Amino acid sequence: MGPEIRDALASEAPALRPLLRSNPPAESPLSWLLSRQTFWVFLVTVIAFVVLTLATDSFATQQNLFNVTRNFAFVAIIALGMTAVIITGGIDLSVGSLVCLTGMVLGVVMNAGFGIWAGAGAGLLVALAVGAINGLLIAYVGMPPFVVTLGMLAIARSLAMVASNNRMIYTFGPDQADLLRLGGGTTLGIANPVIVLVVLTLVTGYLFRWTQWGRHVFAVGGNEQAAMLAGVPVRWIKISVYMIAALTAGITGVLEVGWLGAVTTNLGQSMELAVIAAAVIGGAHLSGGTGTALGAVIGAALIEIIRNSLLLLGVDAFWQGTFVGSFIVLAVMFDRLRGWRFAD
Amino acid sequence: MQLFELRNISKNFGAIQALANVSVTLERGQVVGLMGDNGAGKSTLVKIIAGNFPPTHGTLAIDGRPITFHKPIEAREAGVEIVYQDLALCDNLTAAANVFLGRELRIGFGPLHVLDHGGMVRRTALLFQELKAETRPRDLVRRMSGGQRQAVAIARTRLSDAKILLMDEPTAAISVRQVTEVLNLIRRLREQGLAIVLVSHRMPDVFSVADRIVVLRRGRKVADKSIANSTPEEVTGLITGAIDGA
Repeated sequence: MGPEIRDALASEAPALRPLLRSNPPAESPLSWLLSRQTFWVFLVTVIAFVVLTLATDSFATQQNLFNVTRNFAFVAIIALGMTAVIITGGIDLSVGSLVCLTGMVLGVVMNAGFGIWAGAGAGLLVALAVGAINGLLIAYVGMPPFVVTLGMLAIARSLAMVASNNRMIYTFGPDQADLLRLGGGTTLGIANPVIVLVVLTLVTGYLFRWTQWGRHVFAVGGNEQAAMLAGVPVRWIKISVYMIAALTAGITGVLEVGWLGAVTTNLGQSMELAVIAAAVIGGAHLSGGTGTALGAVIGAALIEIIRNSLLLLGVDAFWQGTFVGSFIVLAVMFDRLRGWRFAD
Repeated sequence: MQLFELRNISKNFGAIQALANVSVTLERGQVVGLMGDNGAGKSTLVKIIAGNFPPTHGTLAIDGRPITFHKPIEAREAGVEIVYQDLALCDNLTAAANVFLGRELRIGFGPLHVLDHGGMVRRTALLFQELKAETRPRDLVRRMSGGQRQAVAIARTRLSDAKILLMDEPTAAISVRQVTEVLNLIRRLREQGLAIVLVSHRMPDVFSVADRIVVLRRGRKVADKSIANSTPEEVTGLITGAIDGA
């Protein structure tokens, strides 16, 4: 292009500016809300809730709601950690096995006569160590997260079998009552795991929105190269998200053993799928760069409500996977369609 | 006044000599257009200035003081900022978040520090105002035009008190109107006393904004002259080798 043509266009530019403006108009609060996947999933969850309340006598009972909230809390707690991993563009397939390994370490330690602090502490330390190994292999060796955590999925469950000699553990030494109360008890009428979930959701939301760490997690998922050039400690950020995912799996492991009152080596089997589904339905893109704490929780709630409603409506349990799977596909497809409409 | 001096720079990669005895001087408030065909040594020279690697032979000096860079961060601390060709921005973050990436403002209450969102948005708005860029701090970079992205990338460099700005093909992938915008940005930065190196293939852009032109061919400097004493035809000849040197 010759400079004369460009200069001619440039002198026209002020007149053309309103037409050429590429700035989208300032977003109204309503259009902001409508552009959030979290909002739509929340809406679907509320509708499902209302429909079930009207359609069945058994859904809106205190006992059932108590069960629903407690059941989804286990998945939702890990979905918070998984969301951090997914925002960086990674994935962690080892969380289900890690629930089992943490629970087993807790069980073995308490079974040997140690207290609940020693048991939970040992379990969570093992979880953090596994998360650190995942993170180191991914950040420093540069291996794909899928491969590293798939390997860890097998390793962690196998170690749980080794630790327990594949036995079921159901006696937890002197602090057994404390453990059962921690996972199965209530505080002010709310199941303890739900309280833990609420606290962790607030903490995660705070970390994402208000800390430099949170900003860097999003930056790594948005453009890793750019983050590196800007001086973001990319490797440390990656290690930290895998450690956080592992920690949330560990916390769930401790609570779930307390609720069940026993640990077997199939605890948390295929749980990683429900967790990833919750995070994705809640708006975390597997390509990285987006996701919210609240979205992960709402995603987990929706999955549990679907599961629970099928149960209450008398649908054969074999159909559960079909419904949950369809919702995952629908949520992502919906997001894709919205992406096309808003595409520049 | 000489700000940045590269003296007799050579760079070998194994048996290949990428740069041979190149000397360039950058001055405050001056735009130097760095031109040359692919493989002429432009990016090697840029990477030496940016601190990606040291030269095999030769010296660098800022304000007369000799200096060596081993890492990009050392160059940045010495006042060298780079706008990369692919702009190196995070699409999923806002303009303000990108401008402050890696050096976020925080406000603290005791040991607790939170991001100062308001402060970063205000500083970014000021930077855009200073650059007269039509970019809003709260907009997501994903929804921005090429020119607006360029403004974000340039605003990033204005956060620190940069003295030397390297721009790698800033007009390569953007529309005509945005090219005008970016060239205006470069002129404003020159007014603020920066020494600017503009690496570009686009002859009209270089001739419209540069004060001096440096042409590299096969690792050697074949021309270093005022834009006023040259023509696009001559520079084309110098780049291709049709003209030996000037």
